[in-house]
Amino acid sequence: MKTPIYLDYSATTPCDPRVVQRMLPFFTETFGNAASRSHAFGWTAEAAVEEARSQVAQLLGAHPKEILWTSGSTEANNLAIKGTAQMYREKGNHLITAITEHKAVLDPMKHLETQGYEVTWLPVDRKGHVDLDQLRDAITDRTILVSLMAANNEIGTLHPLAEIGAICKQKGTLFHTDATQAAGKIPLDVEAQHVDLLSISAHKMYGPKGVGALYVRRKNPRVRLTSQMDGGGHERGMRSGTLNVTGIVGMGEAARICREEMATEVPKLMALRDRLEQRIMKALPDAVLNGDPQARLPHLTNISFPYVEGESLIMGIKEIAVSSGSACTSASLEPSYVLKGLGLGDELAHSSIRFSLGRFTTEQEVDFAADRLIAEVTRLREMSPLWEMVQEGVDLSQVKWTMH
Amino acid sequence: MAYSDKVLDHYQNPRNVGSLDKDDPNVGTGVVGAPECGDVMKLQIKVDDHGSIVDAKFKTYGCGSAIASSSLATEWLKGTTVDAAAEIKNTQIVEELSLPPVKIHCSVLAEDAIKAAIEDWRKKQAAAKGAAAETK
Repeated sequence: MKTPIYLDYSATTPCDPRVVQRMLPFFTETFGNAASRSHAFGWTAEAAVEEARSQVAQLLGAHPKEILWTSGSTEANNLAIKGTAQMYREKGNHLITAITEHKAVLDPMKHLETQGYEVTWLPVDRKGHVDLDQLRDAITDRTILVSLMAANNEIGTLHPLAEIGAICKQKGTLFHTDATQAAGKIPLDVEAQHVDLLSISAHKMYGPKGVGALYVRRKNPRVRLTSQMDGGGHERGMRSGTLNVTGIVGMGEAARICREEMATEVPKLMALRDRLEQRIMKALPDAVLNGDPQARLPHLTNISFPYVEGESLIMGIKEIAVSSGSACTSASLEPSYVLKGLGLGDELAHSSIRFSLGRFTTEQEVDFAADRLIAEVTRLREMSPLWEMVQEGVDLSQVKWTMH
Repeated sequence: MAYSDKVLDHYQNPRNVGSLDKDDPNVGTGVVGAPECGDVMKLQIKVDDHGSIVDAKFKTYGCGSAIASSSLATEWLKGTTVDAAAEIKNTQIVEELSLPPVKIHCSVLAEDAIKAAIEDWRKKQAAAKGAAAETK
């Protein structure tokens, strides 16, 4: 077993070797510009792009013509949100999202607020769910778009897409979902789930970095977007720029593998995740599972370890690559806004670790990670004044701390 | 974030982890920080009759730099006098551990913990003297 062990698949995934093999000729031999209509180099590239488009469409239950290539999910989210907001400005100026969305949704929304749009920021419950009645009540005849993610990137909570989509359809507003974390992990079907716009990224599903896609519904209703990148009129004028043919080919292959192997891959991931979780919980019974224990991604678990701080914990388990909701891992010194959005106290948010498993994770790695983590939490607790106080029977919520 | 070798060393082999009897009149205890902020330091000193610090212990909840700052502080405290300890500045800790700007608050916390421990010890001493005077 090689260390460090990678348990941060929600941050990014390695390319599947099959994806790399499929991409290689497009760097050197079939390098044409997909927009070159006058020669075989261009035709070959275009054919490959269209095949990939079809693969991505199949993963989502969409038509290939509804897939638009982008540089990743951040661009796809920006295009979906700003693109519809600008296109449908005559209908209204209202958008709805939730406080636990990814920054690539929150920040475009905040940007729109400075441009005269109004945004409703839905709160979430302890498990990370929005209240669907509250969503329904928030939609008015001036609402352009509802944007709610398929799966949360920090805690893995799944939003009920079909129910949200049905509400939006009934109320006559567009529904965008950021499915970056969900694609390839849970079944997505834009028809059954009434999704109008959907963002995905290749590098979260064993494809290359720097390529993504936006699904844009073509009928019932036909969704139109104001382009955010102007130029040669590629992608039906919605996203100009020479296509990243190599990356697109990789994304297509990655989507194909995910679709064909999901049925066998997901149960395996879930078993490994449960094994990790159970081993940790058994040894550290006061650890807290964040998010929804049922409706969540199969490969992710987010756990808080009370009385120890996240960054020091991560430092101690350097043989394991994971993420933390701790303030100290960011420059802002603020703990995870997602965990705080759930109503978690700062101290629990500070001590949280996100483990995300993937295609190449083994049982041996999971056991090693659990054991290292348990040992380090135990060591840090021995060093923790909070743990000592709790052992002495002190109620930490009653202590008068000196804020700094 | 890359840590300096000294931070890593203190984190992996922290000096003087533990607790002294907080009810001992010769022991001063300082607890600073808050769980919400991501760091709490408890620093204790044991002082002899000549004002020399004969022992120092710490427990810290916080990032690696916070643990290293308090560990280093206990190293410096042991064997020095209360008066000299009161002069320790956070900038010395920053320099010794090569802390980056975002971690300077860890060193400030360590300085505060030292001051709080001394303050606690002084209060206890004054109370003990007062009690001694009353019984006379």
